[in-house]
Amino acid sequence: MSSPERSATLRDAIGLGVAVGLYGAAFGAAADAAGLNVWQAASLSALMFTGASQFAFVGVLGAGGSALAAVGGALLLGTRNTVYGVRLVPLLQPRGLRRVGLAHWVIDETTAMALAAPDRALGRLAFLATGASIYLMWNAMTLVGALGAAALGGTARAALDAVVPAAFLALLWPRLRRAFPEAATQRRVAVGGAVVALALTPIVPAGVQVIAAVVAVALAGRPRATERPTAAEEMA
Amino acid sequence: MSGTVVWVAVLAAAVGSYLLKFAGLSVPAAWVEQPWVARVVDFVPAALLAALVAVQAATSGRHLVVDGRLVGLAVAAVALAFRAPFIVVLLLAGAAGALVHVLV
Repeated sequence: MSSPERSATLRDAIGLGVAVGLYGAAFGAAADAAGLNVWQAASLSALMFTGASQFAFVGVLGAGGSALAAVGGALLLGTRNTVYGVRLVPLLQPRGLRRVGLAHWVIDETTAMALAAPDRALGRLAFLATGASIYLMWNAMTLVGALGAAALGGTARAALDAVVPAAFLALLWPRLRRAFPEAATQRRVAVGGAVVALALTPIVPAGVQVIAAVVAVALAGRPRATERPTAAEEMA
Repeated sequence: MSGTVVWVAVLAAAVGSYLLKFAGLSVPAAWVEQPWVARVVDFVPAALLAALVAVQAATSGRHLVVDGRLVGLAVAAVALAFRAPFIVVLLLAGAAGALVHVLV
Protein backbone atom coordinates (compact mmCIF):
# COMPACT_ATOMS: atom_id res chain seq x y z
CA MET A 1 0.00 0.00 0.00
CA SER A 2 1.24 3.47 -0.77
CA SER A 3 1.83 6.05 1.91
CA PRO A 4 -0.79 8.58 0.63
CA GLU A 5 -3.41 5.82 0.86
CA ARG A 6 -2.31 5.08 4.42
CA SER A 7 -2.53 8.75 5.38
CA ALA A 8 -5.97 9.07 3.79
CA THR A 9 -7.17 6.04 5.76
CA LEU A 10 -5.81 7.43 9.03
CA ARG A 11 -7.30 10.86 8.30
CA ASP A 12 -10.72 9.30 7.67
CA ALA A 13 -10.41 7.28 10.88
CA ILE A 14 -9.67 10.38 12.96
CA GLY A 15 -12.46 12.37 11.29
CA LEU A 16 -14.95 9.59 11.97
CA GLY A 17 -13.77 9.38 15.59
CA VAL A 18 -14.48 13.09 16.11
CA ALA A 19 -17.92 12.81 14.48
CA VAL A 20 -18.87 9.74 16.51
CA GLY A 21 -17.56 11.48 19.63
CA LEU A 22 -20.52 13.89 19.41
CA TYR A 23 -22.86 10.92 19.64
CA GLY A 24 -20.80 9.78 22.63
CA ALA A 25 -21.51 13.07 24.39
CA ALA A 26 -25.21 12.70 23.54
CA PHE A 27 -25.09 9.16 24.96
CA GLY A 28 -23.48 10.36 28.20
CA ALA A 29 -26.21 12.98 28.56
CA ALA A 30 -28.94 10.45 27.76
CA ALA A 31 -27.51 8.03 30.35
CA ASP A 32 -27.59 10.78 32.97
CA ALA A 33 -31.17 11.69 31.99
CA ALA A 34 -32.13 8.02 32.42
CA GLY A 35 -30.82 8.04 36.00
CA LEU A 36 -27.50 6.24 35.48
CA ASN A 37 -24.48 7.61 37.30
CA VAL A 38 -21.28 8.70 35.55
CA TRP A 39 -19.51 5.39 36.28
CA GLN A 40 -22.34 3.35 34.81
CA ALA A 41 -22.37 5.50 31.67
CA ALA A 42 -18.57 5.20 31.35
CA SER A 43 -18.69 1.42 31.90
CA LEU A 44 -21.28 1.00 29.16
CA SER A 45 -19.11 2.88 26.67
CA ALA A 46 -15.91 1.05 27.67
CA LEU A 47 -17.37 -2.46 27.97
CA MET A 48 -20.43 -2.57 25.68
CA PHE A 49 -19.01 -0.21 23.05
CA THR A 50 -21.80 -0.35 20.48
CA GLY A 51 -23.77 2.87 20.21
CA ALA A 52 -27.28 1.85 19.24
CA SER A 53 -27.36 -0.87 21.94
CA GLN A 54 -26.14 1.59 24.56
CA PHE A 55 -28.78 4.15 23.55
CA ALA A 56 -31.45 1.43 23.68
CA PHE A 57 -30.27 0.32 27.13
CA VAL A 58 -30.54 3.78 28.68
CA GLY A 59 -33.66 4.54 26.61
CA VAL A 60 -35.53 1.61 28.13
CA LEU A 61 -34.36 2.43 31.68
CA GLY A 62 -35.21 6.10 31.10
CA ALA A 63 -38.75 5.11 30.13
CA GLY A 64 -39.03 3.33 33.49
CA GLY A 65 -38.39 -0.11 32.04
CA SER A 66 -36.98 -3.11 33.90
CA ALA A 67 -33.32 -4.12 33.84
CA LEU A 68 -34.28 -7.22 31.87
CA ALA A 69 -36.05 -5.18 29.17
CA ALA A 70 -33.01 -2.88 28.95
CA VAL A 71 -30.64 -5.83 28.48
CA GLY A 72 -33.03 -7.40 25.93
CA GLY A 73 -33.22 -4.21 23.86
CA ALA A 74 -29.43 -3.83 23.85
CA LEU A 75 -28.88 -7.44 22.77
CA LEU A 76 -31.50 -7.30 20.00
CA LEU A 77 -29.64 -4.35 18.49
CA GLY A 78 -26.31 -6.12 19.09
CA THR A 79 -27.19 -8.95 16.69
CA ARG A 80 -26.11 -6.60 13.88
CA ASN A 81 -22.52 -6.95 15.06
CA THR A 82 -22.61 -10.74 14.68
CA VAL A 83 -23.35 -10.30 10.99
CA TYR A 84 -20.58 -7.71 10.70
CA GLY A 85 -18.14 -10.15 12.32
CA VAL A 86 -18.94 -12.81 9.76
CA ARG A 87 -18.28 -10.33 6.94
CA LEU A 88 -14.97 -9.27 8.52
CA VAL A 89 -13.49 -12.76 8.99
CA PRO A 90 -11.93 -13.01 5.49
CA LEU A 91 -10.33 -9.60 5.97
CA LEU A 92 -9.11 -9.86 9.55
CA GLN A 93 -8.45 -13.62 9.66
CA PRO A 94 -8.63 -13.44 13.45
CA ARG A 95 -6.91 -16.15 15.48
CA GLY A 96 -6.54 -16.89 19.19
CA LEU A 97 -6.06 -13.91 21.49
CA ARG A 98 -6.15 -11.44 18.60
CA ARG A 99 -9.72 -12.51 17.91
CA VAL A 100 -10.66 -11.82 21.56
CA GLY A 101 -9.34 -8.27 21.22
CA LEU A 102 -10.55 -7.51 17.69
CA ALA A 103 -14.11 -8.63 18.49
CA HIS A 104 -14.62 -5.67 20.84
CA TRP A 105 -14.21 -3.22 17.95
CA VAL A 106 -16.66 -4.93 15.56
CA ILE A 107 -19.26 -2.14 15.15
CA ASP A 108 -21.07 -0.26 12.32
CA GLU A 109 -18.30 2.24 11.59
CA THR A 110 -15.26 -0.08 11.72
CA THR A 111 -17.03 -2.61 9.50
CA ALA A 112 -18.04 0.02 6.95
CA MET A 113 -14.51 1.48 6.82
CA ALA A 114 -12.77 -1.91 6.61
CA LEU A 115 -15.05 -3.30 3.89
CA ALA A 116 -14.85 -0.10 1.83
CA ALA A 117 -11.03 -0.21 1.68
CA PRO A 118 -9.53 -1.11 -1.73
CA ASP A 119 -7.33 -3.98 -0.49
CA ARG A 120 -6.80 -6.26 2.51
CA ALA A 121 -3.87 -4.40 4.08
CA LEU A 122 -5.73 -1.09 3.92
CA GLY A 123 -8.87 -2.81 5.15
CA ARG A 124 -7.08 -4.08 8.26
CA LEU A 125 -5.51 -0.67 8.83
CA ALA A 126 -8.92 1.00 8.41
CA PHE A 127 -10.47 -1.40 10.93
CA LEU A 128 -7.75 -0.86 13.55
CA ALA A 129 -7.38 2.91 13.06
CA THR A 130 -11.15 3.52 13.05
CA GLY A 131 -11.57 1.23 16.06
CA ALA A 132 -8.86 3.02 18.05
CA SER A 133 -10.04 6.50 17.09
CA ILE A 134 -13.71 5.83 17.84
CA TYR A 135 -12.97 3.92 21.07
CA LEU A 136 -10.94 6.84 22.38
CA MET A 137 -13.40 9.57 21.37
CA TRP A 138 -16.54 7.61 22.30
CA ASN A 139 -15.30 6.97 25.84
CA ALA A 140 -13.88 10.46 26.40
CA MET A 141 -17.03 12.17 25.11
CA THR A 142 -19.33 9.87 27.10
CA LEU A 143 -17.65 11.25 30.23
CA VAL A 144 -18.02 14.82 28.97
CA GLY A 145 -21.72 14.28 28.22
CA ALA A 146 -22.48 12.50 31.49
CA LEU A 147 -20.62 15.01 33.67
CA GLY A 148 -22.06 17.95 31.70
CA ALA A 149 -25.63 16.69 31.99
CA ALA A 150 -25.22 15.93 35.71
CA ALA A 151 -24.44 19.62 36.29
CA LEU A 152 -27.67 20.84 34.65
CA GLY A 153 -30.83 22.05 36.38
CA GLY A 154 -34.32 23.46 35.67
CA THR A 155 -34.76 24.74 32.13
CA ALA A 156 -31.54 23.03 30.97
CA ARG A 157 -33.07 19.72 32.14
CA ALA A 158 -36.12 20.34 29.95
CA ALA A 159 -33.74 21.01 27.07
CA LEU A 160 -31.94 17.73 27.72
CA ASP A 161 -35.28 15.86 27.84
CA ALA A 162 -35.97 17.14 24.32
CA VAL A 163 -32.43 16.34 23.13
CA VAL A 164 -32.66 12.63 23.97
CA PRO A 165 -35.48 11.66 21.54
CA ALA A 166 -33.85 13.91 18.92
CA ALA A 167 -30.60 11.93 19.31
CA PHE A 168 -32.49 8.66 18.79
CA LEU A 169 -34.14 10.12 15.69
CA ALA A 170 -30.74 11.15 14.32
CA LEU A 171 -29.54 7.59 14.87
CA LEU A 172 -32.54 6.23 12.97
CA TRP A 173 -32.62 8.83 10.19
CA PRO A 174 -29.89 7.48 7.85
CA ARG A 175 -31.83 4.19 7.57
CA LEU A 176 -34.89 6.04 6.27
CA ARG A 177 -33.08 8.05 3.61
CA ARG A 178 -33.59 7.17 -0.03
CA ALA A 179 -29.95 6.08 -0.47
CA PHE A 180 -30.26 3.32 2.17
CA PRO A 181 -30.98 -0.19 0.85
CA GLU A 182 -34.77 -0.75 0.78
CA ALA A 183 -35.42 2.64 2.38
CA ALA A 184 -39.18 2.41 1.75
CA THR A 185 -39.35 -0.90 3.63
CA GLN A 186 -37.17 0.52 6.43
CA ARG A 187 -39.66 3.40 6.76
CA ARG A 188 -42.62 1.01 6.90
CA VAL A 189 -40.92 -1.04 9.64
CA ALA A 190 -39.98 2.13 11.56
CA VAL A 191 -43.55 3.48 11.49
CA GLY A 192 -44.80 0.03 12.51
CA GLY A 193 -42.35 -0.11 15.42
CA ALA A 194 -43.39 3.32 16.69
CA VAL A 195 -47.11 2.50 16.40
CA VAL A 196 -46.72 -0.83 18.23
CA ALA A 197 -44.71 0.84 21.02
CA LEU A 198 -47.23 3.66 21.52
CA ALA A 199 -50.23 1.32 21.35
CA LEU A 200 -48.74 -0.99 23.99
CA THR A 201 -47.54 1.79 26.33
CA PRO A 202 -50.79 2.00 28.38
CA ILE A 203 -51.08 -1.78 28.82
CA VAL A 204 -47.65 -3.36 29.28
CA PRO A 205 -44.90 -2.73 31.87
CA ALA A 206 -42.57 0.12 30.81
CA GLY A 207 -39.80 -0.96 28.47
CA VAL A 208 -41.62 -4.06 27.23
CA GLN A 209 -43.30 -2.04 24.46
CA VAL A 210 -39.86 -1.28 23.00
CA ILE A 211 -38.89 -4.96 22.82
CA ALA A 212 -42.35 -5.87 21.50
CA ALA A 213 -41.84 -3.40 18.65
CA VAL A 214 -39.56 -5.94 16.94
CA VAL A 215 -42.75 -7.62 15.66
CA ALA A 216 -42.81 -4.73 13.16
CA VAL A 217 -39.90 -6.45 11.41
CA ALA A 218 -42.58 -8.74 9.95
CA LEU A 219 -43.65 -5.76 7.81
CA ALA A 220 -40.36 -6.17 5.91
CA GLY A 221 -41.77 -9.34 4.36
CA ARG A 222 -39.84 -12.23 2.87
CA PRO A 223 -36.17 -12.06 1.93
CA ARG A 224 -35.81 -11.10 -1.71
CA ALA A 225 -34.20 -13.90 -3.65
CA THR A 226 -32.26 -11.51 -5.88
CA GLU A 227 -30.85 -9.53 -2.98
CA ARG A 228 -28.65 -12.16 -1.33
CA PRO A 229 -27.99 -15.04 -3.68
CA THR A 230 -27.60 -18.40 -2.01
CA ALA A 231 -24.44 -20.44 -2.58
CA ALA A 232 -26.29 -22.70 -5.03
CA GLU A 233 -27.49 -19.70 -7.07
CA GLU A 234 -24.01 -18.25 -7.16
CA MET A 235 -22.58 -21.48 -8.53
CA ALA A 236 -25.32 -21.84 -11.15
CA MET B 1 -34.41 0.50 40.77
CA SER B 2 -31.42 -0.05 43.04
CA GLY B 3 -27.90 0.80 41.98
CA THR B 4 -26.88 -2.86 42.24
CA VAL B 5 -29.59 -3.97 39.80
CA VAL B 6 -28.50 -1.31 37.31
CA TRP B 7 -24.88 -2.45 37.65
CA VAL B 8 -25.82 -6.10 37.08
CA ALA B 9 -27.79 -5.05 33.99
CA VAL B 10 -24.88 -2.91 32.72
CA LEU B 11 -22.44 -5.82 33.05
CA ALA B 12 -24.85 -8.44 31.66
CA ALA B 13 -25.65 -6.30 28.61
CA ALA B 14 -21.94 -5.57 28.08
CA VAL B 15 -20.95 -9.25 28.26
CA GLY B 16 -23.86 -10.26 26.00
CA SER B 17 -23.02 -7.56 23.44
CA TYR B 18 -19.39 -8.66 23.43
CA LEU B 19 -20.34 -12.30 22.91
CA LEU B 20 -22.55 -11.33 19.94
CA LYS B 21 -19.54 -9.59 18.36
CA PHE B 22 -17.20 -12.48 19.21
CA ALA B 23 -19.66 -15.01 17.76
CA GLY B 24 -19.49 -13.29 14.38
CA LEU B 25 -15.74 -13.84 14.24
CA SER B 26 -16.06 -17.43 15.48
CA VAL B 27 -19.07 -19.28 14.02
CA PRO B 28 -19.24 -20.68 10.47
CA ALA B 29 -20.53 -17.99 8.09
CA ALA B 30 -23.33 -20.27 6.88
CA TRP B 31 -25.00 -20.14 10.31
CA VAL B 32 -25.45 -16.38 10.11
CA GLU B 33 -25.81 -15.77 6.39
CA GLN B 34 -29.27 -17.34 6.11
CA PRO B 35 -31.66 -15.09 4.13
CA TRP B 36 -34.16 -14.97 7.02
CA VAL B 37 -31.51 -14.14 9.63
CA ALA B 38 -30.08 -11.39 7.42
CA ARG B 39 -33.61 -10.07 6.80
CA VAL B 40 -34.47 -9.79 10.48
CA VAL B 41 -31.08 -8.31 11.44
CA ASP B 42 -31.37 -5.69 8.68
CA PHE B 43 -34.69 -4.43 10.01
CA VAL B 44 -34.41 -4.77 13.80
CA PRO B 45 -32.70 -1.37 14.20
CA ALA B 46 -35.48 0.50 12.34
CA ALA B 47 -38.22 -1.10 14.48
CA LEU B 48 -36.42 -0.67 17.81
CA LEU B 49 -35.00 2.80 17.25
CA ALA B 50 -38.39 4.09 16.03
CA ALA B 51 -40.06 2.55 19.09
CA LEU B 52 -37.50 4.28 21.32
CA VAL B 53 -38.04 7.61 19.55
CA ALA B 54 -41.79 7.32 20.10
CA VAL B 55 -41.50 6.24 23.75
CA GLN B 56 -38.90 8.87 24.61
CA ALA B 57 -40.80 11.68 22.91
CA ALA B 58 -44.44 10.97 23.63
CA THR B 59 -44.88 8.86 26.77
CA SER B 60 -44.49 9.26 30.49
CA GLY B 61 -44.96 6.04 32.46
CA ARG B 62 -48.10 4.46 31.04
CA HIS B 63 -49.48 7.66 29.58
CA LEU B 64 -49.18 9.23 26.16
CA VAL B 65 -48.22 12.86 26.66
CA VAL B 66 -47.57 15.88 24.47
CA ASP B 67 -44.95 18.28 25.81
CA GLY B 68 -41.73 20.05 24.87
CA ARG B 69 -40.07 16.77 23.91
CA LEU B 70 -42.49 16.24 21.01
CA VAL B 71 -41.95 19.82 19.87
CA GLY B 72 -38.20 19.22 20.05
CA LEU B 73 -38.58 16.04 18.03
CA ALA B 74 -40.53 17.83 15.31
CA VAL B 75 -37.85 20.50 15.13
CA ALA B 76 -35.18 17.77 14.96
CA ALA B 77 -36.99 16.03 12.09
CA VAL B 78 -37.11 19.26 10.09
CA ALA B 79 -33.40 19.89 10.79
CA LEU B 80 -32.51 16.33 9.71
CA ALA B 81 -34.56 16.71 6.53
CA PHE B 82 -32.44 19.76 5.73
CA ARG B 83 -29.32 17.67 6.41
CA ALA B 84 -28.23 19.69 9.42
CA PRO B 85 -25.20 18.29 11.31
CA PHE B 86 -25.89 16.15 14.39
CA ILE B 87 -24.82 18.83 16.87
CA VAL B 88 -27.13 21.41 15.23
CA VAL B 89 -30.04 18.95 15.37
CA LEU B 90 -29.50 18.42 19.10
CA LEU B 91 -29.08 22.13 19.85
CA LEU B 92 -32.29 23.03 17.98
CA ALA B 93 -34.26 20.25 19.68
CA GLY B 94 -32.91 21.30 23.08
CA ALA B 95 -33.73 24.96 22.44
CA ALA B 96 -37.28 24.03 21.41
CA GLY B 97 -37.75 21.89 24.53
CA ALA B 98 -36.41 24.67 26.78
CA LEU B 99 -38.63 27.26 25.09
CA VAL B 100 -41.77 25.17 25.68
CA HIS B 101 -40.68 24.67 29.32
CA VAL B 102 -40.36 28.44 29.80
CA LEU B 103 -43.61 29.33 27.98
CA VAL B 104 -45.97 26.66 29.34
